[in-house]
Amino acid sequence: MPDDLNWAIGGEAGDGIDSTGKIFAQALSRAGRHVFTSKDFASRIRGGYTAYKIRSSTDRVESVVDRLDILVALTERTIDENLDELHDGSVIIYDGERTEMEDIEIPGDMTGLSVPLQRLAEEAGGAIMQNIVALGAACEVTNFPIENLDSALEKKFGNKGESIVSNNKDAARKGQEFVAEEFDHEFDYDLDTTDNDYVLLNGDEAIGMGAIAAGCRFYAGYPITPATDVMEYLTGRIEQFGGEVVQAEDELSAINMALGAARAGARSMTATSGPGIDLMTETFGLVATSETPLVIADVMRSGPSTGMPTKQEQGDLNMTLYGGHGEIPRFVVAPTNVGECFQKTVEAFNLAEKYQTPVFLLADLSMAVTEQTFDPEVFDMDAVEIDRGKVVDDDEVEAWTDERDRFQPHFSTADGISPRALPGTENAAHMSTGLEHNALGRRTEDTDVRIEQVDKRNRKVETAQNEEDWSPREFGNPESDNLVISWGSNEGAMREALDYLDEEDIDVRFLSVPYIFPRPDLSDDIEAADEVIVVECNESGQFADILEHDALTRVKRVNKYNGIRFKADELAEEIEAKLQSEEVEA
Amino acid sequence: MSSDVRFTDFKSDKQPTWCPGCGDFGTMNGMMKALANTGNDPDNTFVVAGIGCSGKIGTYMHSYALHGVHGRALPVGTGVKLANPDLEVMVAGGDGDGYSIGAGHFIHAVRRNVDMTYCVMDNRIYGLTKGQASPTSREDFETSTTPEGPKQPPVNPLALALSAGGSFIAQSFSTDAQRHAEIVQKAIEHDGFGFVNVFSPCVTFNDVDTYDYFRDSIVDLDDEDHDPTDRDAAKDKILDADKEYQGILYQDEESVPYSDLHGLDSNMADIPDGAPEGAMDLVREFY
Ligand SMILES: Cc1ncc(C[n+]2csc(CCOP(=O)(O)OP(=O)(O)O)c2C)c(N)n1
Ligand code: SF4
Repeated sequence: MPDDLNWAIGGEAGDGIDSTGKIFAQALSRAGRHVFTSKDFASRIRGGYTAYKIRSSTDRVESVVDRLDILVALTERTIDENLDELHDGSVIIYDGERTEMEDIEIPGDMTGLSVPLQRLAEEAGGAIMQNIVALGAACEVTNFPIENLDSALEKKFGNKGESIVSNNKDAARKGQEFVAEEFDHEFDYDLDTTDNDYVLLNGDEAIGMGAIAAGCRFYAGYPITPATDVMEYLTGRIEQFGGEVVQAEDELSAINMALGAARAGARSMTATSGPGIDLMTETFGLVATSETPLVIADVMRSGPSTGMPTKQEQGDLNMTLYGGHGEIPRFVVAPTNVGECFQKTVEAFNLAEKYQTPVFLLADLSMAVTEQTFDPEVFDMDAVEIDRGKVVDDDEVEAWTDERDRFQPHFSTADGISPRALPGTENAAHMSTGLEHNALGRRTEDTDVRIEQVDKRNRKVETAQNEEDWSPREFGNPESDNLVISWGSNEGAMREALDYLDEEDIDVRFLSVPYIFPRPDLSDDIEAADEVIVVECNESGQFADILEHDALTRVKRVNKYNGIRFKADELAEEIEAKLQSEEVEA
Repeated sequence: MSSDVRFTDFKSDKQPTWCPGCGDFGTMNGMMKALANTGNDPDNTFVVAGIGCSGKIGTYMHSYALHGVHGRALPVGTGVKLANPDLEVMVAGGDGDGYSIGAGHFIHAVRRNVDMTYCVMDNRIYGLTKGQASPTSREDFETSTTPEGPKQPPVNPLALALSAGGSFIAQSFSTDAQRHAEIVQKAIEHDGFGFVNVFSPCVTFNDVDTYDYFRDSIVDLDDEDHDPTDRDAAKDKILDADKEYQGILYQDEESVPYSDLHGLDSNMADIPDGAPEGAMDLVREFY
């Protein structure tokens, strides 16, 4: 693993940890290296430990691991917080001239580099650049061409003026030179560069980008961690494409505004996290019965209640799948990595309009706040197809009117999909309602019509089940008797866990499932395997429950719910232990 | 949009199930007249309704419409109008719908100033759930859930609207057909959020705020030389708890609706067949 580097910067919230980390991630990506980031952050604005971690390699990286090679510690606590992951040979960069860092102890065989971050930053033009000095130092430790950092600094500060950029470059040089001159040390790390051009972005940004690409023009939301980045991404960008972001007064309003825009014919979405999804639940049924296409993103975080707002969990699966009174036909799509956040968002809009249903985009915190590098082709705009479904124009209206020339927006068709007339279409004025209704959209309590309409709406789902591809993605050895299944952001860690398991001669077939409903029928796969393990970031195993139910069998579960995503090496160990345990036979 | 539209074109062929004599008939007729008078037709009109007897209005009118969930009609109307500025958006609901469960949305719809019209059919009672106190019920109004009266002051919707920065605040009486339609028409013509609190008596459950009561107590602002552009004068009238006014209490003639402020003038339903032009720039940003 010589080329696989784990780097982190940690300090107090408010120390600029995030933007510093991002600059370094950008520099690595610009040097053609792959990057995978993660964040430790607390739910407060100033104060409190926070860290930005980067794993980087010239190969693809899909997860975090339990190892830290280089740590920029702005506080003593940063070292304590990361002791478990530091190892002999780790390098810790800190400012030993600061009184509170004066006598810190560098543990074991680690190398402590006391670099006067603040003093050098002041020499370069301002103490505020101390983190940049540290980045320069890190470049020296890793033999990393500092020009890449220059280029990241230009991108970051370019619009603030030439002098800011050059001061920052200068600060980085001072850090680099200080390490080169003061420490007579051969470091273990030597970062290669490549000619690749990667893009670096996180899941929330990818969702926002997918939305614009898919023709979404209206977004209404209410700020909530970790979904706010979707709104912040769209703000200022969607307008350039004729759209609008509205910050609603609450989530009830947000989803209803989005619903209104969708009824007016716009591709429309809202995004939120657990507590907001709770509030929106009321409107799920209205979206479904009025047959309005709507994309609702739930970027999950730890619950219940306010839970741990800045921590990972996949606890809302049941909520999006079953939330709301009565029975609500809907789709639940769960992207498994940052790139898929883009693709699945585009897909969600098409599904919503083709089937005139709510589509839940079930993302999670780990993916949403993780910056990851990709080949730009992953975000291929030319590949974006827009399917607006059965929208009728002025000339087609007549085909869908009754004997009294009234348009029938809920006409019961064979595939369950009714014609859709956008407001403004001539002679198609009609009402839609959350009340049970007939083909005209008018309230009814007629038992036959009720059954007809319920069946009609469900038929859309059946149609979709047959017409769309809901396959999982497959990794590992297709012939293996050991089957691991996961959903959402666990894919990356699990893919990498396959390599660790391979080293132990453990052979695994891995299915990563991006669709919760409809979902692939995995009964045969489960049946064919000796051991089945379902991996998810929640306590009870919500997806495992569903799969057991589908396949009428019991599966083993690997669950994690301490608020942290799976790490590849840790996951490999857990899978190995599960495979050896008897647990499920009962 | 055709000039020969008549108000009956906005009538659906569905017979209202409102109790005979319900004030909602007059409220609806006035809304339909105002729509026709302002040159709208059913194909470019979108009516959003709340839940309650009042909320049934969307069923009895002929236009594009959504009958939503309780209290959330205003956000829906906001979404409709912002997505397609060509539509004439009318939002209607009851006093419970608008000032109780939907009170938060009301304040924010007022301050957002989206160019739409909101008619609240204020009967000072919950009709559909059969006679409980509403936020506009009098302090001593005895109902099934408040046998000794709510013992709390009623909401003053006009005051809420004024304090939230309302740009058009009016009140009408559903049975005064001519005047009511004229006020709603002014609300439609207003550039911004046109709010009309309409007294629409419930003949079944409210024996206090009756037609007779309103007929006897209503004061028409036109008879009072009220200047609706004078915010202080509007405030005095609105806070006058002893009188029931009819007319336009306040209108900000400088009102700039949300869409104008935000430069929204195109129909968001029109989207290209693939990713929009310039979408690659979104990717380049992340290099
Ligand atoms: C979330 C929710 N809570 C309660 C109800 C029951 N409900 C239906 S109408 C109504 C009150 C309607 O009163 P108002 O808005 O004054 O309208 P009116 O019937 O008097 O016209 C209530 C509480 C509901 N439909 N939804
Ligand atoms: S109960 Fe009252 S508000 Fe409802 S229809 Fe009858 S009269 Fe009208």
